[in-house]
Amino acid sequence: MAEKGIEIRLDHVTKRYAGQKAAAVDDFSMVVPAGEIVVFVGPSGCGKTTTMRMINRLIEPTSGTITIGGEDALRIDPDDLRRRVGYAIQQAGLFPHFTVAQNIGIVPGLLGWAKKKTSDRVDEMMDLVGLDPGEFAGRFPRQLSGGQQQRVGVARALAADPPVLLMDEPFGAVDPITRGHLQDELLRLQNELHKTIVFVTHDFDEAVKLGDRIAVLGDRSTILQYDTPDAILANPADDTVAGFVGAGASLKALTLMRVRDVELGQAVTARSDAAPSTVDLGDEKWLLVLDQRDRPSRWVQLNELRRVTSLAGAGRPVQDSVTLQSTLRDALEAIVNEGGRAVVTGGRGEYVGTVDLATVTDVVQQRRANS
Amino acid sequence: MTAGRIRFWAQPVAVLLIVGGVLAWVFGGELTATEKSTLNATSLLTALRDHLAMTVVVTAIVVVVAVPAGIVATRPWARFLAPVFLAVANVGQAAPALGVLVLWFLITGASGGLWVAALPLAFYSLLPVLRNTIVGIQQVDPSLVDAGRGIGMSASGVLWRVEFPLATPLILAGLRTSLVLAVGTATFGLFVNAGGFGLLIDTGYKLSLTKVLVTGSALAAGLALLVDWAGAVIEQRFGPKGVV
Repeated sequence: MAEKGIEIRLDHVTKRYAGQKAAAVDDFSMVVPAGEIVVFVGPSGCGKTTTMRMINRLIEPTSGTITIGGEDALRIDPDDLRRRVGYAIQQAGLFPHFTVAQNIGIVPGLLGWAKKKTSDRVDEMMDLVGLDPGEFAGRFPRQLSGGQQQRVGVARALAADPPVLLMDEPFGAVDPITRGHLQDELLRLQNELHKTIVFVTHDFDEAVKLGDRIAVLGDRSTILQYDTPDAILANPADDTVAGFVGAGASLKALTLMRVRDVELGQAVTARSDAAPSTVDLGDEKWLLVLDQRDRPSRWVQLNELRRVTSLAGAGRPVQDSVTLQSTLRDALEAIVNEGGRAVVTGGRGEYVGTVDLATVTDVVQQRRANS
Repeated sequence: MTAGRIRFWAQPVAVLLIVGGVLAWVFGGELTATEKSTLNATSLLTALRDHLAMTVVVTAIVVVVAVPAGIVATRPWARFLAPVFLAVANVGQAAPALGVLVLWFLITGASGGLWVAALPLAFYSLLPVLRNTIVGIQQVDPSLVDAGRGIGMSASGVLWRVEFPLATPLILAGLRTSLVLAVGTATFGLFVNAGGFGLLIDTGYKLSLTKVLVTGSALAAGLALLVDWAGAVIEQRFGPKGVV
């Protein structure tokens, strides 16, 4: 895994089909920064896919220039260009008569890699996307679930280690739960690989989750807004963008923030083997009981604390907790479940603090004030 | 044995039983001198050889002409050719095989023989392979072609590694139909001096030799069924894996 992302630059790119008055893509200019995920999001037929397909010249632009890592893409042989740009599409586009290993090995094969190098690479790619090579290498695509097929599709796109990846609604055809997993995995991969990814979707939530930047596109692929998800959620450029952002922008914004980014509260805590009489709650009404490894286990209320002789079985168990990596949206969910305050745990499950409703609402109000 | 295997072997077994039964009946009784002159090992093997030769040559011509023509007719730059090719092949199949055969014989003025029979019969048997090649390639999911081009396969790479293999089940099904047409129409070969089992049928009919007529008919039918079965074997053997 060597090759990191390189910058893509589209300059006054226009696509006009013969016999059509309006351009399909009209004077599109954009810089996709190296190593970032840029999501093109917009309604069906707005030209987002056409724009993406001009980057690897599946569609030839009528005018304008496209450079990839400073090199003029229009001067490279299209087949060579495409072998250096990963491409993943909806429903994976796997060849049904090729095994999983053969599908992943296509581009290395086209590039003339030695057999051994290719097969090592195929195994590496399958590990990377979480498919056991021993079990899946010899299978045909129809013997895989939709989610597994998409994983193979991503592995195929990455097989020749391209610096740039184009993804056209790659998770559009799988169920919402699987889609969530695939999105998480893509983010995990991107953390390791730092490719430049252009991702097309019509799902704004997906765009918010995946994008370092989002380009909201309108008719003829005009850029309505090109900014970070945060900025678009907080401050939509116009009514069309606002409509696309949709209801619940504040809730969506909460998915962009992590628990580690907010100031945590502290509960009064005690080990489960401590004597109840030694605990001083001060002004607090609840005690958080920790187990021997400092993991949160139970909440004990003030008046119950006075009655019990041992903390081990007192009060009610902690049902829902969040980690420092959780989004504020998850935290909000846990807060509601727990009735006002959620416990935050660290990497080993140990108690690090609490987050409450006031903290979350403060964050939302601050964002409003800032924008 | 599964039901599939029983069905698979039923056809050749039935052919062997029928042909064996007919031959046993024919050679079990006394044959007249006239009958003997036709019904002997040498002339039967010659008829079989001529019949098979016509079938093989016709099929070879069909494959060599129809598959490339079908492929060309699905290329974006030659799509307009598809209806033209299909119309020509349609004419070939719609015209009576015997008529095409004899007309060709008269036009060329040749003295007859294998090649005079093979060309018009190939024209007659062309359509199934041509049509199935075109349809077979057209029914390949366009998103696979897009994926192939998108990851850097050349147009011909996509054709030979994706489109053609995925079209082979239909092409082979067409080939099987063409084979059956060829082996059936090869019985007309006798009219242009190309021999075949048609010769036995004709002789038996004209001279009222029932045994010769029945033998010729049974052998022609049995061969057609065997060839059809061979087509089925080819379909199973050479279809793409992972698809069905």
